Amino acid sequence: MRWLAALLLLFAGAAQAQQPRLVTDLSQSRIDISYRFAGAELLIFGAIQYPGGVVPSEPPGIAVILRGPVEPITVRKKARIAGIWVNTEALRFESAPGYYAVATTKPVRDLLDERNAAIYEIGLRHLQLSPATAADAETTGRFQEGLVKLRVSEGLFVEQPYGVQVTDRILYRARLPIPSAVPVGNYQAEIYLISDGRVRARSTAPVIIDKTGFERSLYVFAQDHGFLYGLFAVALAVAMGVAAGQIGRRA
Amino acid sequence: MGWIVDLYLPIAEMSVNALVIIGLGALVGFLSGMFGVGGGFLTTPLLIFYGIPPAIAVASSATQVTGSSVSGAYSYFRRGQVDVKMGAVLVAGGLMGSVLGSFLFRWLKSLGQIDVTIGLIYVLFLGTVGGLMLKEALATLKAQRAGQAPPRRGRRHHPLVAALPMKMRFPRSGIYISPLAPFLVGAGVGILTVIMGVGGGFIMVPAMLYLLGMAAGVVVGTSLFQILFVTAAATLLHATQSQTVDILLAALLLIGGVAGAQLGARAAMRLPPEKLRLFLALLVLAVAVRLAIGLTWTPKELFSIQTALA
Repeated sequence: MRWLAALLLLFAGAAQAQQPRLVTDLSQSRIDISYRFAGAELLIFGAIQYPGGVVPSEPPGIAVILRGPVEPITVRKKARIAGIWVNTEALRFESAPGYYAVATTKPVRDLLDERNAAIYEIGLRHLQLSPATAADAETTGRFQEGLVKLRVSEGLFVEQPYGVQVTDRILYRARLPIPSAVPVGNYQAEIYLISDGRVRARSTAPVIIDKTGFERSLYVFAQDHGFLYGLFAVALAVAMGVAAGQIGRRA
Repeated sequence: MGWIVDLYLPIAEMSVNALVIIGLGALVGFLSGMFGVGGGFLTTPLLIFYGIPPAIAVASSATQVTGSSVSGAYSYFRRGQVDVKMGAVLVAGGLMGSVLGSFLFRWLKSLGQIDVTIGLIYVLFLGTVGGLMLKEALATLKAQRAGQAPPRRGRRHHPLVAALPMKMRFPRSGIYISPLAPFLVGAGVGILTVIMGVGGGFIMVPAMLYLLGMAAGVVVGTSLFQILFVTAAATLLHATQSQTVDILLAALLLIGGVAGAQLGARAAMRLPPEKLRLFLALLVLAVAVRLAIGLTWTPKELFSIQTALA
């Protein structure tokens, strides 16, 4: 039996050797949010290793994705009631990423078919947000579109159809913008090598976005000891008010 | 230069231009120093307009009002212009109101109707108070032009207030009324403090004068006394229940507010009080109109996203 296992391993190795591989690195694997944080840019770059070092004649298709932590959200839609705009409809999505950026070598629809794009969640139109409420496809589509549009305007959803640069069909790089209002948490960078409408190779790298230093301490303090934090806020406000009064009286 | 003024707010979780926030605080401080109002009714809408999440704007504005009212409350207190007994009743009502308000806030938020409710309350109150102030200011100015003494309003409390049981003497305010009336006034203002991040002076002062019939000399001091304690309580409630108080945001607003208030107080000395009241009335009405437009005009974005709340 041992020779069979060895043979299988050999075949597996050979099969792997025929598939291209992706090598990836990031400009930083940790983004610290300090008082000076006003957004950042993540550079994702790497190389494609072709089997036998043979570079194909076709330029490779690459999709680079940075995905933030998912959370449940409620999307509401306003309608006019008696002249006033009031939230009337709501739809809950169980798994909406707080941040999602995708850069590709060409528009997603030219790279992949709908099915494969949906499987790998490549492109803003193909995010799987798990709508929780029983709603028809048309309503879900409308709300998902509204959500995507809002997040895009906040810079939290990004789609760059020609955002990946490829050099000599081997080296690739993409710069993804991260706004200051980015949620903290564990992120994942995913890189896909695509040819003939199919994913040929995939590589991932973790990214951590977290507050640091004073900002982090203050945030943690506010979360864990709300009452003490409140007392501290009141004391600070009173102290500043009293100091202002003293200065004003002297002036 | 960017890094000098861009400041990341750890609770609001966004970067703001510190100079803009300080300037905003200074503007509100200038107006509040000039007119003797807290200015919370301007701070909250301006912060929301700038892009601060509404819940954070409301909570941090309440904290800022605590700081901006402390010095005024103290100087009125030293001059004996605070009715502490009346103030205690108002604060007791305010504390109850703020707890009630926080439940109301959470309920409305879960329904997704908090923003429109805040907007409607603002339009309603600012519109009413501004309209009344404008009417009075214009009547005074007209009377002055005609060379008459300004019409004096008799100091008497409202008949509804007089009907309430368990009357009590408030010597400093010069009235004999049921403590239920100021308790309810305080409670109403406490609800507004928690929901809107305002001190509520713009409602409390008219209520004290025309509803309770308090002596004019102690009205402003006693109102500041209530505002100081109730905004502090509101800060504590927001900090424990929803962690929405951003200390850095409140501090920036206070820094600006301090400077602005000094300038405003000086500017006020150059203007006759009737004109000041007229300008304040116009300002209050302008905010009400701006918010009313916001509620009725077709918004640029019909969709909104609410995170973290089941």
